[in-house]
Order: sequence, then C-alpha cells, then structure tokens
Amino acid sequence: MNGRRIAADLKITARGYLRNPVALFFALVFPLILILLFGLIFSGGSAGPVTIYTQNFDHQSPASQAFLSALNNTSAVRIQLVPASVGNLSTYLGQNGYAVGLVVPAGFASNYSHGVPVHVTLFTNPQAASSAGIALGAVQGVANAFNLAIACPPLKDCQLISIANQNVGSNVYTYIDYLIPGLIGFSILTSPMFSMVDVTSSYRKEGLFRQLSLTPLTRAEWLTSRILWYILLTFLSAAIMLGIGLGVFGAHVTVSLEILPFLVLGPFFFVALGMVAGSAARTPETAAVIGNIITFPMMFLTGTFFPVSEFPPALQLVARVLPLYYVIDGMNQVMLFGNLTAAGLDLLVILAASVVVFVLAIVLFRWRDE
Amino acid sequence: MPSAIEVRGLVKEYGPVRAVRGISFAVPEGSVFAFLGPNGAGKTTTTEILEGLRRPSQGEVRVLGRDPWTEGRALHFETGVIPQDFHFFEKITAREAVEYYSALFHVRPKADDLLARVALTDKADARFDTLSGGQKQKLGLALALVNDPRICFLDEPTTGLDPHARRAIWEVIRKLREEGRTVFLTTHYLEEAQLLADRVAIIHRGQIIAEGSPGEIIQAHGGPARLVVAGGPAVAEFFRGREGVAPTVRDGQVEVPIRSKEEGLGYLDALRSSGIPWGGFTVERDTLEDVFVRLVGRMDDGVLKSEGAA
Repeated sequence: MNGRRIAADLKITARGYLRNPVALFFALVFPLILILLFGLIFSGGSAGPVTIYTQNFDHQSPASQAFLSALNNTSAVRIQLVPASVGNLSTYLGQNGYAVGLVVPAGFASNYSHGVPVHVTLFTNPQAASSAGIALGAVQGVANAFNLAIACPPLKDCQLISIANQNVGSNVYTYIDYLIPGLIGFSILTSPMFSMVDVTSSYRKEGLFRQLSLTPLTRAEWLTSRILWYILLTFLSAAIMLGIGLGVFGAHVTVSLEILPFLVLGPFFFVALGMVAGSAARTPETAAVIGNIITFPMMFLTGTFFPVSEFPPALQLVARVLPLYYVIDGMNQVMLFGNLTAAGLDLLVILAASVVVFVLAIVLFRWRDE
Repeated sequence: MPSAIEVRGLVKEYGPVRAVRGISFAVPEGSVFAFLGPNGAGKTTTTEILEGLRRPSQGEVRVLGRDPWTEGRALHFETGVIPQDFHFFEKITAREAVEYYSALFHVRPKADDLLARVALTDKADARFDTLSGGQKQKLGLALALVNDPRICFLDEPTTGLDPHARRAIWEVIRKLREEGRTVFLTTHYLEEAQLLADRVAIIHRGQIIAEGSPGEIIQAHGGPARLVVAGGPAVAEFFRGREGVAPTVRDGQVEVPIRSKEEGLGYLDALRSSGIPWGGFTVERDTLEDVFVRLVGRMDDGVLKSEGAA
C-alpha cells in the first residue's frame, strides 16, 4: 500500500465524480430532497391516534379485552399490545422512546365483577403533553363508562376502575428524529452501491482495469481510494442532513463522536459489497440487476424511512438479516437512545460483515484475466 | 544486439480453442517489430501475454529478461502500453490523465512535454469524452510514455483513424525508434508495417507464417517484378509474339513479368524499335500487402480444401 498512489487515485476519482451530475444528485441532492419531503409531510405532529403500548396481565378475561377494545374504538388512541416478557413497561417505554403506556393488572376482571376497586396504570410523558392529554382523556372516558355500567348500590363509591397516572422519564422522539439516522443510512447504502456496481462492471468492459493493472497501482490501493472517497461523501451528506434536521425541523438527536464508526464502516461495507456485485456479473446490465436486488430491500426495510419498531413482527425479522439495519439501528442507539452498548453490538455485526465482504471483494475482483 | 523480447513455443488456449499454436520469435532491442495478421489471428492474445495481462498456456516468454505474468509489476516500470481501443475516465482531461499516471509511476509530471510529443497540446484541457478517436489514441500514447519505457507495446494504434491522425501516430513511432526504444506494434495495415517496421511477423490462425524484414518477406514470398507498359492491343500483340512471354492486359496497360533488369531493358528496346505507339512504363513489385493476401489466401484455401476432404 502506497499513500501517494492512493492519494493520486482519490484525486482523480473525486474529479470524475464531481463532474458527474447524476452521481452528485444521487449522493447529495436526493437525500436532501427526501429529508425535506418526508420532514414536511410528517412534521405535522399528532396527526392520527396516539399509540398506547399496553401490557394486559389479565388477558384471558373478556372484561379486560372489552376495556381495551373500547379504548381502541375511541379513535383517539390505538392499543398496541406488548408482551409481559418485555418486563417493566416504564423501562420498555424509555428504551424505545415511546410516550404512552398502559398496564392492566392481573385480576382486573374478577375485581371488577366483584365490586373491588382496581387500578390501571397509565404512563405518560410530560414532554409529549398533547398525546398524554389525549391518552388520559380516552382512558378516563372508557373507565367512567365501565363504572357506570355496573349497578351501583346506594352510598357506595362506585369508582371501581381508577387510573394511576405515572410519568415516564423517556425522551419522546418525533418522526424527524428517526428520519435523520434513517436517511444517513439511506445514502450510506445507495451512493456506493449504485455507482460501485456500475463502475466495477463497466471499467472491466472498457478495459480500464487492465489499463490500471499496467501501472504500479494495486487492487487494494484502488479499493482503498474508493472507500475513502465514499467515507468522505458520507460525512458530507450526514452533515447536510444533520444541518437540515436540526436547523429546519428542530430534531432532538444527539450528535456525538460515537456515530463516526458507523459513518466509516457503513461506506466501507457497501463499497466492498458493490464491488462484489459488480465483479460477479459478466455484463454491466446483469450487474445492475444484481445491484438492485441487493439494494432495494434495504432501501425500505431497514429503518430508512420508518422505524423498524413500527413494522409488523415478520418484517422486523427480515430487517435483522439486512446489513443496513445494523448501521441505522446503531446510529439510532447513539443519536436517539444513548444506548452505547446496543450500538457497540451493532458495530460488531457490521465489522464482521465488512471483513467478510472485503475479503470476498479482493478474491473476486480481478484486474486481468488468466 | 540483445533481444528485448524472446518468445519460444508459445501456446495459448481458451478452453478448447487454441488461439496461439506454438509461436517463436525474437525482437532485437531498439527495433520496431510489427506483428501482422487478419482479425482473430492471435495478435492481441500474443500482445497481451507479452504485456503480462494474460497467462501463457505453454512456452516461454521473456520481456527484458523477465516473465511478464509473474514479474509484471517490476516490468511495468519499463514498458508502455496502448491497448486496443484505448479508454480512459470520461470526465478527466488529457493533462489530468498524464498527471495521474505520473503520480502512479512516481515520476515528475511533464504533461506539456508529453502532450506536445503526441501533438495533443491544443486538447490538453479537454475531457476524455470530448476527444475524437485519433485524439484518444494520442492520449493513450502519451500515457504509455509517462514512465519513459524501454519497450512500447502498441496494439493496433491506428485502427479506425483518419489518414492525418494515422500519420501523426507514425511520426511518434519513428521518434520512439530514434530514441532507441523497442516498439512492438500490431496492425492490420500492411502499409504501416512496411513503412515503420525493421522486422515483421505474419501470424495467421495462431501460427507465424512468415517472418523477416519487409524486403525479405517480399523477396521470399512475392512474385517477380513486372514491367507495366501503357498501350493498346497492338502492344499486347507485340509481347505475345515473343518467345516465352505471357502478358496480361488490364485497363489499357500491359504487364509482363521480368526476371532481371536486362530483360526489362531488352523489352523496352525492342518495343521502341518496333514503331508501335505506347505511352510510358513503370516497374512494379509486390508490396507486403500483396504477399500477405497471397499467403493468407493460400492458407485459407488449403484449410478449406482439407476441411472439404474430411
């Protein structure tokens, strides 16, 4: 590896790239359009029902189910059931950045039918005052209806179902907060994949690799220069998106040095993957097809435009086999949840995948034929 | 003179196809060697093996004493190559391309000098995708010279170029020879080989069918010289009347083979004394092209016959 040659190749790569309007558009302008577009569409705040993450410890009983479906029917809130296995609901809400939660205790139905008072616990977040208000109103309303439905003997307190309201200390995230790491991930994926697949296959077709093989430049130096270039582009597009996100949409994400490994390893992985895809095909046309087959599922299923936690469970499983998921999840852990342990695990996954793909790229990618 | 290139028993197979079938030749240092052959004869395969781009199936290849396949990296500091159909990064200018190559070879960039040598100074700041075919080839030539090579491999450097651009490339090749560099040239323009090359090898169907200086090849494989006289049927009649002469008539010209200059002078003397009107004369010899067409044609006929028999 020779730094001077890598620098020379980086310079010529940058020149070629900066003079190619299409490549520039997809690398820098397109993600910008996406963040503006999605930001404007979804920054309207509490449009739609407030989601209440609910643990029902009395789930066998018709009464508890009736209570929850009555809540669902208010159309102001939507019940999202959370299994008891996630443990303490308050912690769960905090980890996931959810604002509202509800716990229906065990024995809810029997207490209710025997006239014994019972508490449901509603967790709300003072930061998200409007959704807290909506949720409290809805739960209160349904509880009142249930209380009235029971024949109340005279002189007896018939407030059978009462609400214990607890604050949950989590940060509440808006759509734009998820969109920033998501779209940084989007450009980490798309700009190397689209152009590396094309470059690898068309340089081979035009004999440019053979041309380069007659110079002292080595394959590893060439690959390194490309990786450096896409890391540079990623820094640039991440800076633009953070600027727009924080400046225009007032996103509250943490910008810290811990996102750097993702901005370095992400492009590293996808440059190598693009080369593998480009080397595997015989013609630029098949290469483009292979590239698209790899790229498109990741463009939509890994938390680019919507958080994976909002996906149906089956799709969440699909997301977890796609490498970009770990890049975006890792950035979410750093920028939103401040969970560096989880981010570190994501990083390990990407690192392992990168090593595998880099080795594969070096093995598959040939300057010259036999 | 030591050999810059030595090839012995070179065979290259692509699966069942034998593209090169055991060829041997040597190129003396400082000479221009032209490798001729019809399309698909094995020219480019052989050239790419010499450049280190392909691995030989059998045989021995030495370029400046090195094995190009295993010692390519060292060799590339001493060789310059224009591949057939030279391409470069589309958005990069000629000057930037030379600077890039200079940095890769770790030599001081002399873009102005090199571009002037190939007559591309006026396009120094034009991007590659705006250059014409001839200008692209000239840039390829400039890049091949960045590392001041001892051997230049030029694979069909003038194919598809207009006569003006072709002549400009020829000038550069002559200059390279004057500077003492070895030039290995492939072409299917026979005129080019005859004008530029010290030695020529004709390859056909993977085998060398003739080798030597252009003069030697014409001597060995060409027909006798011909006296061509401009004149009408009377002139043809005059030659037909002579013992052992078989004239051919074409477009008001009469051609007679001559074995020596005395024989030719004898014919002209006799013609002048006969009083038959005639226009003038020239003496024609086979060109390399005539020899090439005859050799390749004869081989193809032979192959067709043997295929027909089988």
